Amino acid sequence: MPPHVAVVRFPGTNCEFDVVEAVESLGGTAAVVFHDADTLVGADAVVVAGGFAHGDYLRPGAIARFSPVMAAVAEFAAEGGPVIGICNGFQVLTEAGLLPGALQKNAGLKFRCEMVSLRVETTDSALTSAADDGQIVRIPINHFEGNYTCSNETLAELRSEDRVVLRYIDNPNGSVDGIAGVCNAGRNVVGLMPHPERACHELLGSTDGRPLITSILDSGTV
Amino acid sequence: MTFDVVVEVRLRPGIADPQGSTIERALPALGFDGVSGVRVGKSIRFTVTAIDESTARAEVDDLCHRFLTNPVIEDAEVILSVVSPAS
Repeated sequence: MPPHVAVVRFPGTNCEFDVVEAVESLGGTAAVVFHDADTLVGADAVVVAGGFAHGDYLRPGAIARFSPVMAAVAEFAAEGGPVIGICNGFQVLTEAGLLPGALQKNAGLKFRCEMVSLRVETTDSALTSAADDGQIVRIPINHFEGNYTCSNETLAELRSEDRVVLRYIDNPNGSVDGIAGVCNAGRNVVGLMPHPERACHELLGSTDGRPLITSILDSGTV
Repeated sequence: MTFDVVVEVRLRPGIADPQGSTIERALPALGFDGVSGVRVGKSIRFTVTAIDESTARAEVDDLCHRFLTNPVIEDAEVILSVVSPAS
């Protein structure tokens, strides 16, 4: 059986079918799960896709956090299941307390929509097990609130526990320590602002997202 | 009792404020040379009914902590005022 990925969609999510396409192109199966679902039946991995969940009103992720499906996502994560939050999905996971820190408005107040270079800082995570340590990947970003912020204590913890998963080569948004992606202590929950699902086909200008999506599929079959 | 509530949500001290610094940088061009320390927040207003002020305050504090603010980067100041003493 190929690994099956549940792709979470809130009202306002807009990247769910890109994730489904990328997963299927790499040999997995995927199904979109709406925010009012209370189970993730049969999922081997979960991706919280990007977009503007619940319009991003109040703060990105602030309302999505209370959607029924998030209880199932939290339970799945607590059991060690791989959960990946991409862009708005990363914001949702921080608001839900599944990942540390918060995503603030970009320094310079610019919406950044461009290809960026990232360094894979650890291969010990649900998102990077199939990548190479130190590998540079070109993946697009598309966000206004991707400026990763956390307390000094949290930053020290992330560094000492090797939980910074991806860093920008040229920091586009003011993120502390150039952080583009982090994982939880169990290394099964990962959030990142860049969109690996948009870098899985030659026609999109980069295939560097493939090892990351493949890692999600691999971690779902363990 | 019914209370008018104003919640002032603000970034915690030490958290960078891109909106505040952009506003501050624009001020000299308008001739405002003496303004510094600009910080942008938001103000949320609503009405709460509760048996007394401490109950109302506890409920609003909980609401602020769990929903209206992200405690990682934001603080809230709550201002309660009585609208009608009898509920």
